Amino acid sequence: MENRIFEHYTPKDRSNLIALLQDVQEAYGYLPEGQLKAIAEYVGIPLSTVYGVATFYNQFRLTPLGKNVIRVCRGTACHVKNSANILTALETELGVKAGQTTRDKLFTLETVACIGACSIAPVVNINEEYYGRITVKEIPKILNKYKKEEAKPKVEQEVSAE
Amino acid sequence: MIEMTINNIKVKAEEGMTILDAAKSVGIHIPTLCHMKDLFPTGACRICVVEVEGMRGLTPSCAYPVMEGMKVDTNSVRVRTARKTIVELLVENHPQDCLVCVRNKNCELQDLAERYNLREHRFVGEKKDHAIDVSSASMERDPAKCILCGRCVRTCGDIQKIGAIDFTNRGFKSNVTTPFNKGLNVSDCILCGQCILVCPTAALREKSHSKDVMNAIRDKKKYVVAQIAPAVRASIGEEYNLPLGTNATGQLVTGLRRLGFKKVFDTNFAADLTIIEEATELINRVTKAGDLPMFTSCCPGWVKYIEQNRPQLLKHVSSCKSPHEMEGAVLKTYYAKKMGINPKDIYVVSVMPCTVKKFESSRPELSEEHMADVDAVLTTRELVRMFKMAGIDFNDLPEDEFDNPLGESTGAAAIFGTSGGVMEAALRTAYAKISGKELENVEFQEVRGMDGIKSATIPINGLDVNIAVVNGIGNIGSILDEIERGESKYHFIEVMACPGGCINGGGQPIHSKPEKLKKRVQTLYDIDSKMKTRKSHENESVQKLYREFFGEPNGHVAHEILHTHYCDRKKILEHS
Repeated sequence: MENRIFEHYTPKDRSNLIALLQDVQEAYGYLPEGQLKAIAEYVGIPLSTVYGVATFYNQFRLTPLGKNVIRVCRGTACHVKNSANILTALETELGVKAGQTTRDKLFTLETVACIGACSIAPVVNINEEYYGRITVKEIPKILNKYKKEEAKPKVEQEVSAE
Repeated sequence: MIEMTINNIKVKAEEGMTILDAAKSVGIHIPTLCHMKDLFPTGACRICVVEVEGMRGLTPSCAYPVMEGMKVDTNSVRVRTARKTIVELLVENHPQDCLVCVRNKNCELQDLAERYNLREHRFVGEKKDHAIDVSSASMERDPAKCILCGRCVRTCGDIQKIGAIDFTNRGFKSNVTTPFNKGLNVSDCILCGQCILVCPTAALREKSHSKDVMNAIRDKKKYVVAQIAPAVRASIGEEYNLPLGTNATGQLVTGLRRLGFKKVFDTNFAADLTIIEEATELINRVTKAGDLPMFTSCCPGWVKYIEQNRPQLLKHVSSCKSPHEMEGAVLKTYYAKKMGINPKDIYVVSVMPCTVKKFESSRPELSEEHMADVDAVLTTRELVRMFKMAGIDFNDLPEDEFDNPLGESTGAAAIFGTSGGVMEAALRTAYAKISGKELENVEFQEVRGMDGIKSATIPINGLDVNIAVVNGIGNIGSILDEIERGESKYHFIEVMACPGGCINGGGQPIHSKPEKLKKRVQTLYDIDSKMKTRKSHENESVQKLYREFFGEPNGHVAHEILHTHYCDRKKILEHS
C-alpha cells in the first residue's frame, strides 16, 4: 500500500513530510511504526524527526483507533458543567486514560477542545451519537449499549455475504 | 562598522554581528542556553533577552543583528525580571537534586539560579516525570533533568548528522527522546557522547564504571591494571585549573598508582602496535588486490556507525582491534604468560576520552572464552571524580613513568588522539615498509587541522597513495557514497567520529572555552616532536613483542589476538 501513497511525492524532499503522514494515516487509520520508518527513509530525514512531527500534531495518532471512539468535550462550557468528572468516570469505567484504547480494542477515549454544542453541556460524543447533559450515573448504561452490540452474533453479515 | 551603545558603552561592531557577540566584545556577559556558536540561532530559550530602545518586546540577543545607532540595555529591571522568571520556571520543572547529581557545581542551570539570585520557590507545581534510559552500554539519558535547550538535538542532527534524538510531543509533555521513546541501544545513536559535552545539565551523562573499578581494586585476588589513552593526558589538567593544554602524563601515572592500580600502562604502546598491524594490512590489501579503500578501525563510534548504516561496506574496515583493546589482549596473553599471572585474574581498566569505548569493551567479538580484553572503561571525567574521592590532590602529585614493557611508545602513538594522527602515524611506517627507506620529515601537514575532510596524495616509491581523513562522523556521507558508486580514488581513510578526534571525545572534561581543542591538539603534537623515536616501527618493546610472541605482523598469532570482526547492526535495528 505504501508504494502507492509514496509515489505521489518526490523522494528526498522534506517538505512532503506532513502530507505523507496524513496520507498514511488516512490509509491505515493510524501511523504504524514500520510506516514511519519507511517515510523517514523516503523523505531522507532521521526517524527521530518523523517521530517528533508525528507526536507534535494532535491530528496524528500512533496507535490504531478502537471500534468506538468516545470524545469528551473539555471546552469551557462543559468544564463549568463538570466535564472533568465525566472524563474521570469514563477513565475508571474503561480502565484507560484519555488518548488510549481499551485492550479489547472496543473503545478509544479522547478529549476535544470544544465540540460546539455548548447549550447541551456537558457533552460526550461516541461515533456519530451525541450525548448531551450527560451525568456520571448514565455512563455505564451508555457503554453497555456498545458492548452489547459487539456481543451480538453477526448473522446479518453472513447472510448478505452469501 | 556599525556604531551603537550597549549599557551606555559605545561599541563598534561589524555588520551582521549579533547583539550577543557585540556585547561580548566589550566584556558584557549575556547568559545563553540554546545558543551554539557556528550554528544558526534558534532563539528558543529566551534567556539572552535584552531591551532595545524603540522596540516593544524584549529581543533575543543571540538571534538579532546589530544596527546603526542601536541602544541596547542588557541589565534593565525588565530584562533581569524576565531572565529570572525563565530560570525559575526551568528550575521548578527540574528534580533539583543537585547534591546527588553528577553535574553538581558544573551545571549551567545551577549557575543561572545562582546568578539570578533565586531564593524562593515561586512556581511550585506539577513536574514532568520521565524514566531514565539506561539501555545503552555507554550513556544514560535522564529527561527529567532536561531543560529542552536543544543543543544535544542539534549536535546529533546538524553536526554529527546522526539524528538519534529529537523533540517529541509538545507543551508540558515536550521531551527530547528517541523514536518511539525506545532505548538508546536500539536507536541510531553511536554513543559518541558529543551530546554530553553540550548538555547544560545532567540530562545526558556517561554510564559510570567507577564502582566496578573500585570493587576490583579492593578484590585481593585481582591484578588490576590501568592504561591511559593519548588524549586524556592533554585534557585532564583542565579539571584542576592547570593551563589549557598541560601535559599531565606524569601526574596521571602517579595518581593511578595511588588509586591502587598494580601497574599503569600506556595505550600508546598499543597504538604503535596498531600501526604495525594496520600498515601491514594496508600494504597487503594494496599488493594483493584486497578491498580498497581501507578504513581505520580505532574509533568505535565510527565502527558502530558503519555497522548500523552501511554494513555492506564493512569489508573496507581494517580488522585491527582498537589500541586499548589490543593493549588488553596483549596484557591477558603475552604479559600474563611472561609474569606468570592467570589471565582470568587480570582486570584491565582503560582511561579513555571516549564514551563509546564502554560499549566497545562489552562487544562479544572482543573477548576470548568469556574473558573480555578490557574489563572497564573510565572516562576522563570519571577518573577525576575517583581522584577527588580518594583524596588525591592532582596538582601536587609528583611525576612518574609508565610500567614496561607495555609503557614504551613513540611520537607516532601520541598523535593518535587527534584527527589525522592515526593517518600520519600509519604513513610514517607504511613509507618505511614500502620503500625500505626512512622518512626524513615525518610531519604530514596535509592531514593536520580541523577541516571536515582532509585529503592528500602521498608518493611512496613510485606509488601514489591517495589518503583521506574524515574529521567528525557528520562528514562521512559523501565518502561512503563514492565507494558505493565505485568511484572512490582513495587507498586509505581515517575516520574519527568526534570533531577534532579523541581530544574532543565524549568522555572529556565539560568546558566551554573554545580555544581548548587547539591547545589539546598542540600538546599531542608537542609530545610527538619531542620524542626521540617518532615512528611506530622504532618502538623497541613492540619489536621485542613480535620477536618473542607474535612472529610476523598479520601472522597467525597476531590475527588471533589483535584482529576482530564486525556485525551487521542494520538488521538488528530494523527488527527492534
